[in-house]
Amino acid sequence: MSQTSDAFGKADPIDIDSAVSVRGVSKNYGEVEALRDLSLEFPRGQLTSLLGPSGCGKTTLLKIIAGLIPATAGEIEIDGRKVTGPGPDRAFVFQDFALLPWANVLRNVSFGLELRGVGKSEREAVAEKYIGNVGLSGFEKAYPHELSGGMRQRVGLARALSVDAQVLLLDEPFSAVDEQNRRKFQEDLLALVRNENKTFIFVTHSIEEAVYISDQIAILLPRPSRVSEIIRPTSFRGTKADNIRRSPEYLDIVDQIWASLRNYVE
Amino acid sequence: MTLFGYRLPAMSSLILWAAVWEIVGLSGWTFFIPPLSEVITTLFSVIGTPAFTKALSQTAYAFGAGVFFAVVIGIPVGILMGKSRIIDELLLPWVNIFLSAPLTALVPVLMVLFGFGMKSIIITTTLFAIWIIILNSRAGVKQINRSLVEMARSFGASPLDAFFKVYFWAALPEILGGVRIGVIRAVKGVIIGQLLISIVGFGALFELYSNNFLMAHFWAVLIVLFALAFSLSEFLGYLERRISYYAASR
Ligand SMILES: Nc1ncnc2c1ncn2[C@@H]1O[C@H](COP(=O)(O)OP(=O)(O)O)[C@@H](O)[C@H]1O
Ligand SMILES: [Mg+2]
Repeated sequence: MSQTSDAFGKADPIDIDSAVSVRGVSKNYGEVEALRDLSLEFPRGQLTSLLGPSGCGKTTLLKIIAGLIPATAGEIEIDGRKVTGPGPDRAFVFQDFALLPWANVLRNVSFGLELRGVGKSEREAVAEKYIGNVGLSGFEKAYPHELSGGMRQRVGLARALSVDAQVLLLDEPFSAVDEQNRRKFQEDLLALVRNENKTFIFVTHSIEEAVYISDQIAILLPRPSRVSEIIRPTSFRGTKADNIRRSPEYLDIVDQIWASLRNYVE
Repeated sequence: MTLFGYRLPAMSSLILWAAVWEIVGLSGWTFFIPPLSEVITTLFSVIGTPAFTKALSQTAYAFGAGVFFAVVIGIPVGILMGKSRIIDELLLPWVNIFLSAPLTALVPVLMVLFGFGMKSIIITTTLFAIWIIILNSRAGVKQINRSLVEMARSFGASPLDAFFKVYFWAALPEILGGVRIGVIRAVKGVIIGQLLISIVGFGALFELYSNNFLMAHFWAVLIVLFALAFSLSEFLGYLERRISYYAASR
């Protein structure tokens, strides 16, 4: 069965090698208290989902980890270094893709490297490789408006991968993607987590999605936002992608999460 | 447009209006309107004359300099206003006042301040063009997708990088729209400046022609000016269409 450890991030730090530590983070937007004293550890090389109803502060937490907005209190550590702003150790994948509409796929994917001052031929070679990895070969010269939602997010993913950051932050990356593409994406993401030795922090509001792809699921509850539960699926992680949705543990965890979230659905 | 099932080429209605002009001119109804054919022949004879080339080059110079300052000052100011609340609140009322103000009334003041020469005309031209360029650049920056800015920041863009690689391009459709309208206003500005100051360029030429009742000359020069202004506006419209592929999908 799943091991369910208690809330508030005190999940035995001894046997976990954390890539990212969130310690006592609070965030107020004026009157609105988006996060209160939130602590959470993100194991290295694994995918952790932040799951919760909308408005509970998932995006806020992710942006604080990214260094895009400051926390009101508390601190973030990445490999023992305190976060003070955006850095090359993290790459962000945006819910609305955030592609440059005036630039083609190749320039968009290499844009992160361009900003880091990597030379043109070098960065395009790297971009070329990741465009292939996400299955977009042949679309290098296409512009974002010529692509479907799913393809645009593949561009966003390739851009994040090509800067070779240790931590990938994904904010509901598949929510604007149609169902079939989303399933394909989820399978690809599983393979990615296995093959690339990176830490993934994945925001979603879909219970099934979280259980399907996560090594660890942190359930966030609103008002004030806190981690209410941390769930680590164990038995089906090693099995083939097609079998996950039929595994009894998968179904149990989905039910269990729904049981704790249903009170918060109006 | 089609007529009796035939497709007429674009602007063929101009032929009709040209015919009306010719007939009114031939009828001798008023000295003010000579026949179009006479205007056209005058046009070709006038174009080569030193008086005309001098007027044209002076006007082009004043216009070019005026537009240059309007663009070089207007775009950065507009972008800064779009990015910074404080700058915006300081400048926006003034920009709006000047945008709708009857600037022609200011020209005499400018003449007193800057003399009866080129300088005043250039400043008049800039004053006519700059406000709409500022407002449009500001609007262009204001509509930028927030996540595009966050994306640039998260990948480590310096403020300069963000300015030249994101803000400028994201606002370019609005900026170009502002420049096109600004340029059309600058044509007005440069002609009004020359008319009021009236010792240089086409202002001097108009003065000369109308004082001597040379109506064909007057119309010929006017047609040249209209054609130049129209081509300029069409060219900027063409530039706008070149980037419209992304303007709609930002
Ligand atoms: N820039 C902001 N200004 C004010 N309130 C905000 C801002 N961003 C988010 N909030 C508020 O903070 C709470 C959490 O938002 P968010 O992190 O976007 O939630 P989620 O991503 O889980 O849907 C919400 O109540 C939202 O209204
Ligand atoms: Mg969100």
